[in-house]
Amino acid sequence: MSPELLSALTIFVLAILVGFEVISKVPATLHTPLMSGANSIHGIVLVGAMLIAVAADNPLSQLLSFVAVAFAAMNVVGGYVVTDRMLQMFRKRPAPPQPKAGGEGQG
Amino acid sequence: MSALETLIQLAYLVAAACFVLGLHRMNSPATARNGNLLSAAGMAVAVGATVVLIVTGHGPVTSVSPVAWVIIGAGVLVGGGTGLYSARTVKMTAMPQLVSIFNAVGGGAAALIAIDDFIRLVGQGASIPLETSIPTVLDVIIGSITFTGSIIAAGKLQGLIPGQPIILPGSRLLTLALAVVAVFGSFYFFAGGASLPVFFLVLAAALVFGVTMVLPIGGADMPVVISLLNSFTGTAVAMAGFVIDNPVLIIAGALVGASGAILTKLMADAMNRSVLNIMIGGFGTGDAAAGAAAGGPSGSVREIGADDAAIQLAYAQHVIIVPGYGLAVAQAQHAVRELAEQLESRGVDVSYAIHPVAGRMPGHMNVLLAEANVPYPQLKEMDDINPEFERADVALVVGANDVTNPAARTNPASPIYGMPILDVDRAKSIIVIKRSMRPGYAGIDNELYVNPKTGMLFADAKDGLAALTAAVKAL
Repeated sequence: MSPELLSALTIFVLAILVGFEVISKVPATLHTPLMSGANSIHGIVLVGAMLIAVAADNPLSQLLSFVAVAFAAMNVVGGYVVTDRMLQMFRKRPAPPQPKAGGEGQG
Repeated sequence: MSALETLIQLAYLVAAACFVLGLHRMNSPATARNGNLLSAAGMAVAVGATVVLIVTGHGPVTSVSPVAWVIIGAGVLVGGGTGLYSARTVKMTAMPQLVSIFNAVGGGAAALIAIDDFIRLVGQGASIPLETSIPTVLDVIIGSITFTGSIIAAGKLQGLIPGQPIILPGSRLLTLALAVVAVFGSFYFFAGGASLPVFFLVLAAALVFGVTMVLPIGGADMPVVISLLNSFTGTAVAMAGFVIDNPVLIIAGALVGASGAILTKLMADAMNRSVLNIMIGGFGTGDAAAGAAAGGPSGSVREIGADDAAIQLAYAQHVIIVPGYGLAVAQAQHAVRELAEQLESRGVDVSYAIHPVAGRMPGHMNVLLAEANVPYPQLKEMDDINPEFERADVALVVGANDVTNPAARTNPASPIYGMPILDVDRAKSIIVIKRSMRPGYAGIDNELYVNPKTGMLFADAKDGLAALTAAVKAL
C-alpha cells in the first residue's frame, strides 16, 4: 500500500468518526435543515468534476465531465440556497409578527 | 511540493474545517444559519483553490485547453443557474423533493467521475490495480443507485409516482438478480478485469437497482429513504476522492456519509422501525394487518361540528395543537396560525406539540410553521410537551394519526408498540380534524378516535381550520 493511499485511508476513517460525533447531538427540530446542509456539502464533488473536465481530451469524456460539472454545480448552489431559506425561518422574532397583506401566497 | 501546491492543500484543509464547524453550528437554531454560511464559505474556498490549481498548471494537465474552460463555465452556469432558480422559487412544502433532486445530481456527478476515469484507464490499456478498482466500482454503483433512487423518491413526494408501495410481480426477484450482477461484476474488476461491456452492465444494474429499491417503499417513509440516499452520496463522493486522489472530496464525502447514516437511524428510531425494515418495505401490507386484527378498538365515534368545536377552543385556558402529515399535505400551516392568533387574542394559551417525525421529514413541521410566522417559543418538542397534556383543556389534532395512537403505549400486540407518541389522550378533551376514519400509514386503527373525550371534525385540514377560525371569530 502506497503512503498516499495510507494517508488517504487515515483521513477517510477519521472524517467518518467526526461525522458520527457532529450529528449525534443535533435536536430533531433541525434534522431537515441538517440533511439539506449535509446534502450541499457533498456538492464538493464539483471540485472533482472540474478536475476531470480539465483532463478531458475526447468528446465522450468532455460530455461526461460537462454533465458532471452541471450536476455538481446544481447540488452546491441549490443546496446552500435552499438550506439558507429553511434556516432563515428559525430567526428570533422579538416583536409579535404583523399579518402581511397579500404576502402569504406561498402556503 | 511547490509553495503554491502547499497553499492549495492548506486551502483544502481550511475548507474541510469549515464543513465540520459548519455542521457543528447547525446543532442549535441560534447558530444554524451562520453554520450553513460557514460551510458555504468553505465550499467557495475549495472551489477557488481548485481554479488556482488548474490555472497555474498544477492540475491534471499543465496547459488547459479553452474547451475545458468552456465546459466548466457552461456547466457551472447551467447547473448553478438551475439550482439557484429552483431553490429560490420552490414552495416550502415541496422542499423535501427538491433536496432529493439535489441529492440525485450529486450522486450522479460522483458516478460520472468514476465512469470517466474508468473509460480513460481502459483506453490506456493499463492494468487496473486493486486500489483504483475498489473505489471506482463502489463510486459507480453507489452513485448510480443514489441517482435513480433519489429521483424516484422525489417523484413519490411530488405525487408524480403513486406514494403507495409499488410491488410489481417478480420485482423482488429482479432486485435480487440486479444485486447479484453488481456484486459479481465488482469482483470481476477486483480480480483485475477491464472489460467495458461488463462495466456498463454493472452500471445499468445499479441504475435499475435504485429504481426497484425505492418503488416498493411507501411515501411516508421517503424521508428515511432520502436521508439514507444522502448518506450514500456522501460515500460515493468520498470514493470519487480516492479515484482522483483528492483529500477534500474524501473528507467532505466521509463526513456526509457518516452524518447521513446517523440521521437516518435517528429518523427510523423516531418511528420505532429499523432502517432494514423500511428498506425491505411492506409495512402496512402484511404484518400490520395482523396487528390491527389483534387489537382493533371498539366503541363509537362522536362527530363534532365546527361551531361546537370553536366554543370549546375559545373558552379553554390552555390549548395544545398537534399538527401532522395531513396539515403538511393540505398546506394548512397559515390556516393553523390564524386560528391560533384568534384564540390568543381571546386570552387562550396556545402551544404546538411537534412530534419528531411530524410532517414529511423530521423538523419539517417546524420549518412549515416558522414559514407561517408561528413564534418559535410556541413550538414544543415531544418530551417537553407531554407532561403538559394533562393540564390542557383541549388538544387539537390536525392531520396527525399514528403519532397520537395510545396503542403505542398500551397494546403490546400493536405494530407501533413502543413508538414514542404524543400523550394527546391525557388532555381534558380532544378535537381531531381528519378527512375520514381512514387509518394512517401504519395501517392500524387509532383508539383515540373512539375515546369518549374525543370529537371528530371530518374535514380537510385547511378547510376545517378555516371553518374553526370563522366560528371563533363569530363568537
